[in-house]
Amino acid sequence: MPEGSPELIQRLNEICGREFVLTHPHELATYRSDGLLHYRQVPVAAVLPADTAQVAQVVRACYEAGVPFVARGSGTGLSGGALPAPDGVVIGLSRMRRILSVDLPNQRVTVQPGVTNLAVSHAVAPTHFYPPDPSSQIVCSIGGNVAENSGGAHCFKYGFTTNYIQALEVVLPDGSLVTFDRDAPGYDLLGAFVGSEGTLGVACEITLRVIPAPESVRTLLAFFADTGSAGDAVTAIVDAGIVPGAIEMMDQLSIGAAEQSTGAGYRLDAGAALLVEVDGPAEECDPLVSQLTEMCESAGAFEVRAAADEAERDLIWRTRKAAFASMGRISPAYYVQDGVIPRTRLAEVLRQIDGLAADYRLRVANVFHAGDGNLHPLVCYDDRVAGEAARAEELAGLIIKACVDAGGSITGEHGVGVDKKAYMPSMFAEEDLATFQRLRCAFDPDGLANPGKVMPTPRLCGEVPGPYRQHPLERAGVAERF
Amino acid sequence: MSAATSLVPETFAQAAAALRAAGAEGQRVRIVGAATKSRWGRADAPSDVELHTGALDSILAHNAGDMTATLQAGVPLADAQEAFAQAGQMLSLDPPIAGAGDVLGGLRGATIGGIVATADSGPLAHRYGGPRDLIVGATIALADGTVAKSGGTVIKNVAGYDIAKLMAGSFGTLGLLLSVNMRLHPRPERTATVVGLTDNARTLQQAAHALATAPAELEALDVGWRDGRGRLLAQVAGPRSEPRGVRLAGELRNAGLEQVELLVDGGSELWDAQRRAQRSSTHATVRVAARASELASLVATVQRCDGSLVGRAARGHSWLTLAPASIAQLRSELPAGATATVQDLPGEGAREDPWGPVQPALLDLTRRLKLRFDPTGTCNPGIFVGGI
Repeated sequence: MPEGSPELIQRLNEICGREFVLTHPHELATYRSDGLLHYRQVPVAAVLPADTAQVAQVVRACYEAGVPFVARGSGTGLSGGALPAPDGVVIGLSRMRRILSVDLPNQRVTVQPGVTNLAVSHAVAPTHFYPPDPSSQIVCSIGGNVAENSGGAHCFKYGFTTNYIQALEVVLPDGSLVTFDRDAPGYDLLGAFVGSEGTLGVACEITLRVIPAPESVRTLLAFFADTGSAGDAVTAIVDAGIVPGAIEMMDQLSIGAAEQSTGAGYRLDAGAALLVEVDGPAEECDPLVSQLTEMCESAGAFEVRAAADEAERDLIWRTRKAAFASMGRISPAYYVQDGVIPRTRLAEVLRQIDGLAADYRLRVANVFHAGDGNLHPLVCYDDRVAGEAARAEELAGLIIKACVDAGGSITGEHGVGVDKKAYMPSMFAEEDLATFQRLRCAFDPDGLANPGKVMPTPRLCGEVPGPYRQHPLERAGVAERF
Repeated sequence: MSAATSLVPETFAQAAAALRAAGAEGQRVRIVGAATKSRWGRADAPSDVELHTGALDSILAHNAGDMTATLQAGVPLADAQEAFAQAGQMLSLDPPIAGAGDVLGGLRGATIGGIVATADSGPLAHRYGGPRDLIVGATIALADGTVAKSGGTVIKNVAGYDIAKLMAGSFGTLGLLLSVNMRLHPRPERTATVVGLTDNARTLQQAAHALATAPAELEALDVGWRDGRGRLLAQVAGPRSEPRGVRLAGELRNAGLEQVELLVDGGSELWDAQRRAQRSSTHATVRVAARASELASLVATVQRCDGSLVGRAARGHSWLTLAPASIAQLRSELPAGATATVQDLPGEGAREDPWGPVQPALLDLTRRLKLRFDPTGTCNPGIFVGGI
């Protein structure tokens, strides 16, 4: 525990009440890691503030004590983004789960950060919905979605969290409170904040844009001999100018695992399953079913099913969304990757991954958002076999490198966190990273907000560079220099 | 303001070197694209050097299969759209490309760099948002000569900070956009536009609401108000645009609009007029962001100011055209939470703050950001909010 911590704990008790300040190792066990379990760190305390004012006071107390903090939503993140700092405080937002307003005339919903993703869509159903839909949407929180700029299966057509955030009330790392509004004049600080992985502050009130629910939704499931021909179908669909709500692909290994969980009737003899969903006005959507069926068949699909009703659609989706969780059925442990490639390089990169997996004598299951090239290779390994974890990690690294070499990204929606920060230099040069740091330092010169994340190596901010320093009068708005 | 020196870099390295030299010598650089929005912001802020992006005009990549493109900042939007159209694609960004009072003629119009830097947009913003929603990466030059990139060329990517979004709407005050990576969309082969009229602002608002909340998947939903008369325009796109347009026309009639017309694969002149009305060489144009439910009250203000209005009904973005003398009245009558930014303003000389009030905590953070990115105050100093 760092110097001064007893005083900090005392201060946190005063702010939130003793019962909402957890310091006992048993109580802190939950907060050691997020959805990525192989990074663990027990924090010095976890506090559960009741409202924005308490969050601001907690952050201020940390700032004054020089203690790092990390905000945490539902803890479903897959990059170690909510991993505590060794001497840090976790600010758990699970008590802040109220939907503050539903303003359908303006298609806006304002929520506290602990509200779950799915709760937003439920609050505006049946006329509207909130498009970003991470697979964990039943439990993951909007605050976490904001931190990670979460995507989901439907973002190829509808976009990402950042496209749907209208305003944020944010506690900055010094405890001060600001509002970022998409439409206010000035820098797009909202755009910079969304996806900043908790390193620029804590979003306490989030105003989301919701849109009309589509009139018609048609879901198809096609089975192919291999991922290559399924990829050909994706290319044919996209090249025809069709923008499906979702195009998801699973390979044989992931079909097998997920089927064991759901028993939805996916073909176990298929090398690839392609889930295509189109939504929109009925006139546009309904004729697409036969068109898409033909396209899949032309690409080599040996069976194409169209969901006849909502129950069948649910079953198809349940298998897709169960893919990660089911991996435990076929492998004691796995690494999940989140690399992105230009969609046109799909076949080539999948072949590379197959080759690498063979070289490393490990299995790699693939389940991914095919429309936007966001791969989720799951590197399976047995953590009881000496050296296999290290081999799997090395293989995972080579897969990421293959994605970057193909012109893609190390992460499409899970975030960099601690897990992928070592790969940042494969994508960004030193000048790029130094420019990122300028943004971070403007928000958090003391480096207290979720330190050790995103950037590959620790960096200090130092003073504002250059010959100009902000004069106290200027800061107070009395004088201007620009 | 006239500047002593005019620079036209042809490479990223030249542009970065020019900025570095200016930064080292304490010179103030004014960044210029096609100069179609040169009167925006505190346009009277003095500068020593003009840096023109006109020679940075290459389409560096158009990855048709991946629906992305990389454009140098000086590429005219119209040129880029022509190239994308050949592949059946478009950049879903359609701001007016002529400056106030410009007759385009031989001119090529607004550049992508200028459009991104000013966060300008047109009717397609209804569905696709503004530049910040379509930009997936950028390469920038900072005042110390740093050339840095952020984002990437794939549409889905959360690695690193979103500096590209930060540049969108920053008016070049953080650095110079060298190139931008944009997401593209399929260019629809068929469209339908419906238009209806009313002289009742409340009817207009209610009709806009009915369409905004209908599952019609609109490309655009615009309103206009001039001389006591309002109009609503909506566009759908897709192979079955015609029957969808017929349905929409019915909804407009149900909402009480008159003279409802359906234009299949037509109506471009109506949309051009909406875009053109975002500019003025004789009056002030003020961009107002207010809630969709404030449209009728905004129209009332417009009428009291003897002005006119066009806008994106569901997004709550409006462009008001009025006499410069009426700006103060407009500001005093703005609905709670609304903001107003003056864009075009006729005449020369000093001007009032076009940005309107900014919350002090936000301004403080804005200044800190400016100091981190441009500590020498080199890039477009003085034109932005708070005199930044």
